[in-house]
Amino acid sequence: MNSLETFLFTTDLGIVILTILKSLALIVPLLIGVAYLTLAERKVLGAIQLRKGPNVVGPFGLWQPFADAIKMLMKETIIPAGANRALFVLAPLLTFGLAVTAWAVIPVSNHWAIANINVGILYIFAISSLGVYGIIIAGWASNSKYAFLGAMRSAAQMVSYEVSMGFVIVTVIMCVGSQNLNDIVLAQRHIWFAIPLFPMFIIFFISGLAETNRAPFDLAEGDTEIVAGFFVEYSAMSFALFFLGEYANMILISATTTVLFLGGWLSPLPFIPFTWIPGVFWFVFKIFVCLFVFIWVRGTLPRYRYDQIMALGWKVFLPISLVWLVMTAGFLEIFGMLPHA
Amino acid sequence: MSRLGNTAAGLMLNEIRAGLWLTLRYFFKPKATLNYPYEKNPISPRFKGEHALRRYPNGEERCIACKLCEAVCPAQAITIEAEPRDDGSRRTTRYDIDMTKCIYCGLCEEACPVDAIVEGPNFEFATETREELMYDKEKLLANGDRWEPELAKRLELDAPYR
Repeated sequence: MNSLETFLFTTDLGIVILTILKSLALIVPLLIGVAYLTLAERKVLGAIQLRKGPNVVGPFGLWQPFADAIKMLMKETIIPAGANRALFVLAPLLTFGLAVTAWAVIPVSNHWAIANINVGILYIFAISSLGVYGIIIAGWASNSKYAFLGAMRSAAQMVSYEVSMGFVIVTVIMCVGSQNLNDIVLAQRHIWFAIPLFPMFIIFFISGLAETNRAPFDLAEGDTEIVAGFFVEYSAMSFALFFLGEYANMILISATTTVLFLGGWLSPLPFIPFTWIPGVFWFVFKIFVCLFVFIWVRGTLPRYRYDQIMALGWKVFLPISLVWLVMTAGFLEIFGMLPHA
Repeated sequence: MSRLGNTAAGLMLNEIRAGLWLTLRYFFKPKATLNYPYEKNPISPRFKGEHALRRYPNGEERCIACKLCEAVCPAQAITIEAEPRDDGSRRTTRYDIDMTKCIYCGLCEEACPVDAIVEGPNFEFATETREELMYDKEKLLANGDRWEPELAKRLELDAPYR
């Protein structure tokens, strides 16, 4: 061990610097990913509608995200006269900050997480639940009826879907016997949880759509009814932060789905040519697949009505996930497969 | 029983899977996009684009200031003032079209007895200021000079249907 490694791994200052470096190594690719996800969404939606999507700025439109970013930076940030200034400015920062914070525990490859904590999944669940505050604060601080309606819808929707999402997560935790995300992935060495827990996987994914306010559950934005929902009054960078927050949340939910159900960084076929490819690649690849489905669903389904969303959450997902939870528990108990039993 | 079947179909996400399959097939289809600034659609000889005032081959302007176009214009976008010229022929001293008012209905060219005012094939005349869209006689005649070959071709192609 040379002196630099000693400094980084043992002294307090060194650990802080190392964590900052690790965070940068994660956040910079994440932000670039978010920027390109906006382009990917426009391209995929375009292709589904027989259009080409943005293709003028740079080769295949690849500089489009930067053009958008420059445009956003140049615009004027408008704060409405009746708004609560402090909260109005805080809300987008909160939304975006939380979307990035949750990444601290996501294992990108074996033991490659900034913080490999033992309650990783609980942490993600807690942070993603806090996301609703950004939306409520935005809706309230805007002092606008559309924004307020959007915020109310969004809050009710996110709270409803978190219930069934919680049961899905409990089912997974029960099969693993640990809340550590690294352990959850390693428990899927033999079979991905998406296969034995298939209905839970689907419920988790659909709840993820609702949790991120994506189509067909995007009535918090509901362009046709309430203009843009909770962020009607936002412009320029504060709007951009909401926008980036939404896409960062999409990537986060995809990463969570990957970790819980799709075997994280594990290669899909556990033999030689596939195991040579590093885990990071598989992890990113699986996230790509999930994100494609996110966009694909948006290009396919019309928006749900508000009561349909509530009915789906409380009358369909909640009973199914509860029953499946009990069934899984019974199965594991009867066949003596409970971990640490 | 059918209710049970419907519930089962709902739980299996049958319709959603059908929809996803449809959009996936569209995803791989050839795109209908026309790459606009680099590719353009062919336009009909009747296309109603930017206005132009035409001249006779000897350079004399066609317009005789009958003001039929001004009278017929439903948007009242045309303003004409006229008086006899030194050689005694009646000509316009002012021929203005407010392009922000014009609805491109083509009634002006229908009304014109001498094919002086026509709507040409040009549709790319966006400007950065509003004032630039207040066309005067000079601008319209310049348009006529610029587009004359195409304008003549266009009138010739459309003549059998008039």
